[in-house]
Amino acid sequence: MEPLRAELRKFITDNFLFGDASGRFAFSDEDSFQERGIVDSTGVLELVSHLQEHYAINIEDDDLIPDNLDSVTKVTAFVERKRRDSEAGARRAG
Amino acid sequence: MLVDDLLAASADRRPEKTAVICDGERWTYRQLDDASSRVAAWLADGGVVPGDRVAIWLENSIALVAAIFGILKAGGIFVVINARVTPDHAAAVASDSGARILIGRETVSDIQSAMRGTSRRRRSSRTENDVAALIYTSGSTGEPKGVMLTHRNLTAAAEAISGYLGNTEDDVILNALPLAFTYGLGQLTTAFGVGATVVLERSFAYPRAIVDTMVRERVTGLPLVPTMATLLLKQANGLRVPSLRYVTNAAAALAPAKLHGLLERFPGARLFSMYGQTECQRASYLPPEQLAVRPESVGIPIPGTTAIVVDDFGRRVPPGVVGELIVRGPHVMAGYWNRPAATASVLRPAGPGERELHTGDLFRADAEGFLYFVARADDLIKVGGEKVAPKEIEHVIAELPSVADVAVFGVPDDVLGEVVAAAITPMPGMTISADVVRRHCHGHLESFKVPRDVSVRASLPTTDTGKVSRRALRAAALAAERPA
Repeated sequence: MEPLRAELRKFITDNFLFGDASGRFAFSDEDSFQERGIVDSTGVLELVSHLQEHYAINIEDDDLIPDNLDSVTKVTAFVERKRRDSEAGARRAG
Repeated sequence: MLVDDLLAASADRRPEKTAVICDGERWTYRQLDDASSRVAAWLADGGVVPGDRVAIWLENSIALVAAIFGILKAGGIFVVINARVTPDHAAAVASDSGARILIGRETVSDIQSAMRGTSRRRRSSRTENDVAALIYTSGSTGEPKGVMLTHRNLTAAAEAISGYLGNTEDDVILNALPLAFTYGLGQLTTAFGVGATVVLERSFAYPRAIVDTMVRERVTGLPLVPTMATLLLKQANGLRVPSLRYVTNAAAALAPAKLHGLLERFPGARLFSMYGQTECQRASYLPPEQLAVRPESVGIPIPGTTAIVVDDFGRRVPPGVVGELIVRGPHVMAGYWNRPAATASVLRPAGPGERELHTGDLFRADAEGFLYFVARADDLIKVGGEKVAPKEIEHVIAELPSVADVAVFGVPDDVLGEVVAAAITPMPGMTISADVVRRHCHGHLESFKVPRDVSVRASLPTTDTGKVSRRALRAAALAAERPA
């Protein structure tokens, strides 16, 4: 598993499942956080501020949609895309 | 009138009108009325007879709506269980209701195939005084308590609410509230009563996506609780919904800043502040033109009902004096399911054939008769509109062998209004960490009941009578948050 995906999985497990992703709390990387009841509306805010602080990416209101944030796989792809965007921006600026 | 008449009448009048939009599907009144008749046939084949309870533990969906009306047409009583609750809680509700069938996520395909089946059922004959729904609410110790609402209760409230909101068949109402709550269920009954369209959402976790849907579907009515208003103002800045005609707020008061934020965000919309409890669904509303005059008021009784403030002897108190709110009218519940003592303590005789509801909530009225919520008379914590009983959480924490004493209380939160906090003393010679307590709670409680703050201390403050004082803990937490 790539490091980013593993990190995000751990953050979700530690913060929203209190460290216990076993039994009925087990989830796959594709599972919808909403449908599984893992991340609720305030959880989305926590997730977003974690991503901004930890990965130094800039998240706009327009980014706050389920396609970007509603599973481990979606968040992983979202963070990777945001990092590429900001690197490209930095190169242009340089 | 029966609740299912609301759907049937609109299906007769405007069969091709869209009734519900959900998950990208659009169902007309005719389709939904037919689908629910097929569900009724499937239930009757499965042995459901009039008066039977059928529990449905599903997210907001077309299947849930078809099931509700199918159960009614089969003569049954529907029990919607909030999709957010734990399996244990859902089982406790289903068992308390004595449900013949529980339809959950694993069996939803049965409903979906029944909706597309061939046999239809003529509607069972019932009277409007038959119970239509059990709406479960939290008792003071966290035990589930079923509020019995009759067909008349539900249709009377729908008519009164549609009346003051000015709902017509041109309205499109976006509902993200669970149908397990009267506030969410009421969006269906009010809309179906006038032939309007309901856009059903599962949650309000992504306000940006909700606003996009509102623009696309030209939504005219938006029911909110304060948490949703906060999320909307935080995350969906700069977005306009020109079609929006009104916004409603209930469950808890909106802070003035949020009220103004909403008015700025939706300049064309009228804002209704409302108050209710499950036992009467809705008690009062503030006509929007009064918002500038008395922003903190929850208004006047809904049409066709009364709501007055009384003292301990049941006498109406003068303006400005705090007392208990008493509600009368066709919207007041028939009682609590299988709980005659609890029923007798809140529903008291009030003249021939009428009973009045003692809400347990403290209110005052101003000189013009407008009502103001003062406080709840119990310790219930309101987390994002969900009532949480401290005792239920205390019982779970007390199961840990290293816990000597525990007190659970509410602390203010910007998004949720209140969140749960716990103070704990360890058994002599033992240690305990906040993480252990929270993990244990998460294994046994819904996520919104897991204490966000857990403090471990040497002793807990007590009242004069030696009981642990939740009020003192709450006051100390408030003082710590706002240092002088």
